[in-house]
Amino acid sequence: MRLELVKRPQRSMLFSALSPFIAFGLTIVAGAILFALLGINPLTAFYTYFISPITEVWQLHELAIKAAPLILIAVGLSVCFRSNIWNIGAEGQFVFGAIVGSVIPVLYPDMQGPFVLPLMLLMGMVGGAAYAAIPAFLKTRFNTNEILTSLMLVYVAQLFLDWLVRGPWRDPKGFNFPQTVQFNPSAVLPELMPMSGRANLGFVFALVAAVLVWILMSRMLKGFEIRVLGSSPRAGRFAGFSFNRMVFFAFMLSGALAGLAGISEVSGAIGQLQPSISPGYGFTAIIVAFLGRLNPLGIVAAGLVLGLTYLGGEAAQSVLGISDKVARVFQGMLLFFVLGCDTLIHYRIRLVGLAPKLDASPKLEEAH
Amino acid sequence: MDMTVSILLTIATAATPLLIAAIGELVVERSGVLNLGVEGMMVMGAVAGFGAGFLTGSPWIGLIAAIVVGALFSLLFAVMTLSLATNQVATGLSLTLLGLGLSGMLGTGFVGLPGERLPNLYIPLLTDLPVVGRLLFGQDPIFYISIALVFGVSWFLFKTRTGLTLRSIGDSHTSAHALGIQVIKYRYLAVMFGGACAGLAGGHLSLVYTPQWVENMTAGRGWIALALVVFSSWRPLRVLAGAYIFGAVWIGQLHAQAFGIPVPSQFLSSLPYLATIVVLVIISRNKRLTMMNTPASLGQAFVPDR
Amino acid sequence: MGGTVSAQEGTANLLEVRGLTKIFGTLTACDHIDLTIGKGEIHALLGENGAGKSTLVKMLFGSLEPHSGEINWDGQSVRMTSPSVAKKLGIGMVFQHFSLFEALTAAENIALSLDDGAPIGTIAAKARALSYSYGLPLDPDSLVGDLSVGERQRIEIIRCLLQAPQLIILDEPTSVLTPQEADKLFETLERLRAEGKSILYISHRLEEVKRLCDRATVLRHGKVVGHCNPREETASSLARMMVGNEVKSAERTPITLEGAQELLSVCGLSRKPAGPFSTPLKNIWLAVKAGEILGIAGVAGNGQGELFEALSGEVQQTSADSVRIRGKDAGRLDITGRRLLGAAFVPEERLGHGAAPRMKLSENLLLSRYATDGKAFVGSGGMVKNGAVYDAAQRIIKIMDVRKSAPDPEAAALSGGNLQKFIVGRELDRQPTVMVVNQPTWGVDAGASAHIRQALIELARGGSAVLVISQDLDELFEISDAIAVMHNGELSKPIPIAEATFERIGLLMGGAEPGHVDQKLETA
Repeated sequence: MRLELVKRPQRSMLFSALSPFIAFGLTIVAGAILFALLGINPLTAFYTYFISPITEVWQLHELAIKAAPLILIAVGLSVCFRSNIWNIGAEGQFVFGAIVGSVIPVLYPDMQGPFVLPLMLLMGMVGGAAYAAIPAFLKTRFNTNEILTSLMLVYVAQLFLDWLVRGPWRDPKGFNFPQTVQFNPSAVLPELMPMSGRANLGFVFALVAAVLVWILMSRMLKGFEIRVLGSSPRAGRFAGFSFNRMVFFAFMLSGALAGLAGISEVSGAIGQLQPSISPGYGFTAIIVAFLGRLNPLGIVAAGLVLGLTYLGGEAAQSVLGISDKVARVFQGMLLFFVLGCDTLIHYRIRLVGLAPKLDASPKLEEAH
Repeated sequence: MDMTVSILLTIATAATPLLIAAIGELVVERSGVLNLGVEGMMVMGAVAGFGAGFLTGSPWIGLIAAIVVGALFSLLFAVMTLSLATNQVATGLSLTLLGLGLSGMLGTGFVGLPGERLPNLYIPLLTDLPVVGRLLFGQDPIFYISIALVFGVSWFLFKTRTGLTLRSIGDSHTSAHALGIQVIKYRYLAVMFGGACAGLAGGHLSLVYTPQWVENMTAGRGWIALALVVFSSWRPLRVLAGAYIFGAVWIGQLHAQAFGIPVPSQFLSSLPYLATIVVLVIISRNKRLTMMNTPASLGQAFVPDR
Repeated sequence: MGGTVSAQEGTANLLEVRGLTKIFGTLTACDHIDLTIGKGEIHALLGENGAGKSTLVKMLFGSLEPHSGEINWDGQSVRMTSPSVAKKLGIGMVFQHFSLFEALTAAENIALSLDDGAPIGTIAAKARALSYSYGLPLDPDSLVGDLSVGERQRIEIIRCLLQAPQLIILDEPTSVLTPQEADKLFETLERLRAEGKSILYISHRLEEVKRLCDRATVLRHGKVVGHCNPREETASSLARMMVGNEVKSAERTPITLEGAQELLSVCGLSRKPAGPFSTPLKNIWLAVKAGEILGIAGVAGNGQGELFEALSGEVQQTSADSVRIRGKDAGRLDITGRRLLGAAFVPEERLGHGAAPRMKLSENLLLSRYATDGKAFVGSGGMVKNGAVYDAAQRIIKIMDVRKSAPDPEAAALSGGNLQKFIVGRELDRQPTVMVVNQPTWGVDAGASAHIRQALIELARGGSAVLVISQDLDELFEISDAIAVMHNGELSKPIPIAEATFERIGLLMGGAEPGHVDQKLETA
């Protein structure tokens, strides 16, 4: 037995729509097996994972807090991946954006007023974009592989943050804990509905970014340029589009959004800088981007799903006593199944035995 | 003198996992497949090696488990990219993410436990020779495997017919297919060889380098191994050189930290990553030369017409 | 004619094919093909582009699997499950798009298709000896990437002969050769026939089939439409069988170009090789006047692609006046800048260069015209006017008679000929003053080719300058007012069509010095 792929004449609209759902279904099945192997009733586990974290309003707020950075980063990454540019260093841009955005509340805590927060957000975006410009510059100028350079810069950014919060930026009154001062109120991202939960403005940023990038990609000439250069670089050059400029555009746009996510997380959910400010949002966002089919609106839904796995992981740890790493396993499996199901969009899959019959009557294959 | 020897020994120990993972990935890339999952396969090898060694009490069983788990884990990548023609970059990334998650989950119970360490070679008289004795005859068994792998792979690629076939597939899978070469089969084997090597490299970390389990203990070594393959222009002997340079950087920054050099330890720790970027810049700068050396079908999905 | 004709009496058949069928999706590429090849004959497989010739031979060689039908080899029913089965039986193949490895040496390439495991050195020696004995000299240690197309074909042939095949399949072998190189190939093939080998010769060039082949099988739209003896047919009767009806060649009204304005001129253009295996351009001069079609002939890989990129602005020049469009310096403009000066470009590769395969035709229209037709297609704030683009695409589809299965299909869903009509139509629709076309009808069926050629002539006669780069000499002689030849990155002086002959152009294609050519012709 072997698999055989038969190319479809046109991409299948049916499977374009279905593949994320098939992938999700397969993940559930695989997850059930995994739980059974761990000796946990899969139904209990799934309830703990996917239902219990969203049964109350304040929990929905927590979901928004987790989903916001994922959506922001993934929307930016979708532009990169659509243009066939592989920025996998969003985690580093997130961290660097958070650092640059925190300059005012950490170094000038006396600076207060309504302008502080917008300035912080802007600086966060600039910081993320600037940090993302490094691999873009190296790729366009020296032809280096952006996957490796952007990833290496993640480690560098994390170590830099570690140094800051243990060294020069450490809160002198913080009992030697590796963290900065608490941000003053005018540097804190406002909560949306403080009465019912903690969700902050970051989630709104995520939704706005998703809609804007969706318009960019589907309605504007720039989006057309991104899609052409990504799917067919030579045709893009023939069109007069510059790949090098696109490398900068895609990296800096996604870097800015990752930086915005970073400073929003720090000024919203955390309220200060500390050695670790992200449970791997920058990497999980890669999964979000693919699960959302690189479509900004799909990414909003995917971001909520992946945000839920974080909450589910925490719930599973406290209720079932299993490692919260199970969430990471879920996320990894989900991405695998998404990629596998995407094959169905461009190919039909045939299972063939080792000895195909030669004189089988020709079957007319359905067109879609 | 003893100081120099011990530094050289630690460099060898630091270089060995990089070398093994890179040499495996080199074979994979020579067949035209780009597997970015090295980090994930390596960390799976590390947890499997530690776990099997700890549970059985035998580091040798740990060693075998690391290799087998690395190969099996790479099989996942192979099925996706070779049989289902998924995007190799995305699939490799997801292999890494899955590996980091899965190893973290499997290793929860191992954190903080003392592990088994593979014993160093000891040959009476030879190992006792001054200076060269310990360098040549007193290292851990995986060190010898790594050196054998470099020369074995070099011989295989450039002196055997099968190696020639593998290189031809990397150059043009369509031409190879037209000649009746079983492209997919060769690539499956190459990917699994790469997986076994990455697993072994991970096993080295948890059975020799630091015999314990720490989450994410590969710390980016899989990615550095990928960079080493680019650095080597896909030539095994240059991987050897590159791995030892990186081993030296890695050990150098550790020693610098230990000596209390007045530079923040975080900056020293980031040296290997910065060095990787610098090396990539130097090696990639000449676009024409890079194009010449890169296997021409690297990273492209192949779907045969039938 | 028509139906199945068995081989000549008394000749044992080496290969018999009955009812061979291959279906791709909704397209029946080969429909119940019957074919017999006798021992020691050169059998032609005739058919125009898209008739199913390549699909048929791929099934014979085991690279494709038939849906139904049977293949008999030497009286035995066989199944060609892979090329290695075919090779074991004694079938050798010389591919049209070579199946060679550029990063390997000639000897390594040969070794890969031999299964005996002999050392490379031995194989190299054998290959060298065999190549000299057939008059196809070959250096086994050279890197394939550095070789010309003609030399690469030699490797393919030698590789095939080293397997000692009974049947040799050659797929369009002369399409990459100069007329003189082709003559040399014919000698080799005749010698092989004399040695008792059978040859299946695939071509759409009728003259060479008439000259070389003993029998012919003609395919049209995937079906066998006849078997015949090509020596008893005329070129036009063979063409009728291939195409199904009379194909008109394009009509080129004579024109005097004196005093006409130079719309495209290239002055001393040079370019360093871009990739490891690409050709440098050396001091190229040319000028195309309003109303003129200048043809550029040459064997593939002599710098035509590089010239196209330099003219289109995909690669820019360092000096502004090395390329001039409508009298304005364009050397430092990018492709958009040159388009805005009134130039239009059609590259050789349709899928992936001239068009993005996975994008709709309307999007592919936008690809080359978002700037020149910015007002019509792009609104304020960079929003694309999808309706206007769609309507314009439909207009082009109608004018160029593009056949398609959906209102606005993806480019990859169209046949080569129909996509090329769309791409040419996309540029003609702008009424460009300068048009540069690389291989306008490569792989395009006869009907579409005639359509495209006529459209180019009409564009020129309407007052535009047209530059056509082509490997197809028949095409260039049909439409050009003058022909220049590219060889090894250099361009010859243009030869007015009245003075041009196949022989003269062919010698230039082979790299002879221009002065030399005339001497050679005189002594001949």
